[in-house]
Amino acid sequence: MRDTKRTEKIAFALLLAATIVVVTPVLIIFVLILFRGLPAITSEFIFAMPREGMRAGGIFPAIVGTIYLTFGTALCSIPLGILAAVYLNEYAQKNWLTRVIELAIINLAGVPSIVYGLFGLSLFVAFLGFGSSLIAGSLTLAIMTLPVIITSTREALSAVPKSFREVSFSLGASRWQTVRYVVLPNAIPGILTGTILGMSRAAGETAPILFTVAAFYLPRLPQSMYDQAMVLPYHIYVLSTQVPNVSVKIQYGTVLVLVLMVFVLNIVASYIRAKFRKKKTW
Amino acid sequence: MQNSKLKIIETNKLNLFYGAFHALIDVNLQVKPRMITGLIGPSGCGKSTLLRVFNRMNDLIDGVKISGSVKFENKEILSDAIDLITLRKRIGMVFQRPNPFPLTIFENVAYGLRIHGEGSRLVLDEAVQKSLTAVLLWDELKDKLSLSALELSLEQQQRLCIARLLAVTPDLLLMDEPCSSLDPLATMRIEELMNELKKEYTIIIVTHNMQQAARVSQECGFMLLGELVEFGDTKQIFTAPRDKRTDDYITGRYG
Ligand SMILES: Nc1ncnc2c1ncn2[C@@H]1O[C@H](COP(=O)(O)OP(=O)(O)OP(=O)(O)O)[C@@H](O)[C@H]1O
Ligand SMILES: [Mg+2]
Repeated sequence: MRDTKRTEKIAFALLLAATIVVVTPVLIIFVLILFRGLPAITSEFIFAMPREGMRAGGIFPAIVGTIYLTFGTALCSIPLGILAAVYLNEYAQKNWLTRVIELAIINLAGVPSIVYGLFGLSLFVAFLGFGSSLIAGSLTLAIMTLPVIITSTREALSAVPKSFREVSFSLGASRWQTVRYVVLPNAIPGILTGTILGMSRAAGETAPILFTVAAFYLPRLPQSMYDQAMVLPYHIYVLSTQVPNVSVKIQYGTVLVLVLMVFVLNIVASYIRAKFRKKKTW
Repeated sequence: MQNSKLKIIETNKLNLFYGAFHALIDVNLQVKPRMITGLIGPSGCGKSTLLRVFNRMNDLIDGVKISGSVKFENKEILSDAIDLITLRKRIGMVFQRPNPFPLTIFENVAYGLRIHGEGSRLVLDEAVQKSLTAVLLWDELKDKLSLSALELSLEQQQRLCIARLLAVTPDLLLMDEPCSSLDPLATMRIEELMNELKKEYTIIIVTHNMQQAARVSQECGFMLLGELVEFGDTKQIFTAPRDKRTDDYITGRYG
């Protein structure tokens, strides 16, 4: 009896310690970014073009570039990913081909992002001739996020009770009607959560955009999807390694803007998840 | 002699395999219209499986093989030529657990009609009223049609599921232990409803509950390990079973 209590206490202390070890660095980093970056955030910093070789002025084109790129990625990957997930989950028969595809998707999710960058470079930039452009970058990020979107969408679809499908079929609904009117409406919150998280990951990636879209210094907004663009993650890399004498304030300010943008996406995703979890009663 | 009009379902040497598992063995069954046919038997004997043959729900399961013949109103329904959508409109199913969609009461009942292309609000309104009236829910719920169906009691939910089914105007109702998640009072009321419904519909009910089968059904089959051991008049099955295994079961020797 005594012993159980003691082990319980030790286990509790160990688990708590582990949690603290994990959480502390994240907190420290965030607080550091917040305090060092906040003074840089002015309306000029957000809405002006960079000046003096990026040592002054704002980061507007990088913000806009990141937004364009994220939207482009979403546009390419969300419809495709959801359709693929619906096919795999609702239509595909469980045969070896399906299993190979599933295995491939799982493995694709683990491929390092620089590999996607090089793939995008050779396929979209070079072979398809898009050059370094928003469209090439969006497609590259889309391919990188597809496995995540497919996997999370499939989870959301699987969470819809089988009985809903059975009832629908038993009332004479076709498979597509069942998917359209029963499965998808009930899976939407989960799908949204997963895809938004996928997008927030894409928004912060550097390696895939390095060769496919990112401009080193381009103090104007992109005019079409075939234009290069400045993007925040790469801009941060440039500021911290490629340009001498950039003030720490600007560096941290830029980081803070990116972190906040990703944060907003994550919070939206958590909000949707929390909201629908409460409503869900099956 | 045998008037074919007197059976709505007829199976002949029906066999079903889940992979290598022989779940239905040479089942020969005739179900007469406008009455309640009960199917009883211990857990796992294949009652649900048999029921799901009639609306081809087993098609949804991988690795199911079916042989033999199943006729619905003298038409073979195991053939690939059969139109599943029409078949399932005419043969509806009530499930063990009440399973309304997380939609409003109205939308639950209207679902089947909408699926089959009915867009007119007038027709939908009328069908919803008619179906809810048939399951004796209309008076209770007519002012709450836009309430979520999940807020209803289990009994109401099960009635709603039956109403959802009636809305697509089936002929045959398959009920797989429709009362097993209800309390005795609710069970009794659903049984009353079934007695009402059998005037217009044919019902096949699977039940674990022998008293229920004895109460509601006119004809009854006893299944064991995939076989239809005995089929006949309910009174006869429960008072003078011909097969020793039936006798053992109804006297409680199988538990
Ligand atoms: N999808 C399936 N795959 C493989 N075997 C199955 C499947 N569904 C049912 N079985 C098996 O077939 C047999 C009959 O199952 P069924 O569900 O028809 O029994 P039941 O009489 O309805 O039982 P219960 O009273 O428990 O509902 C059982 O032994 C079961 O394990
Ligand atoms: Mg069963």
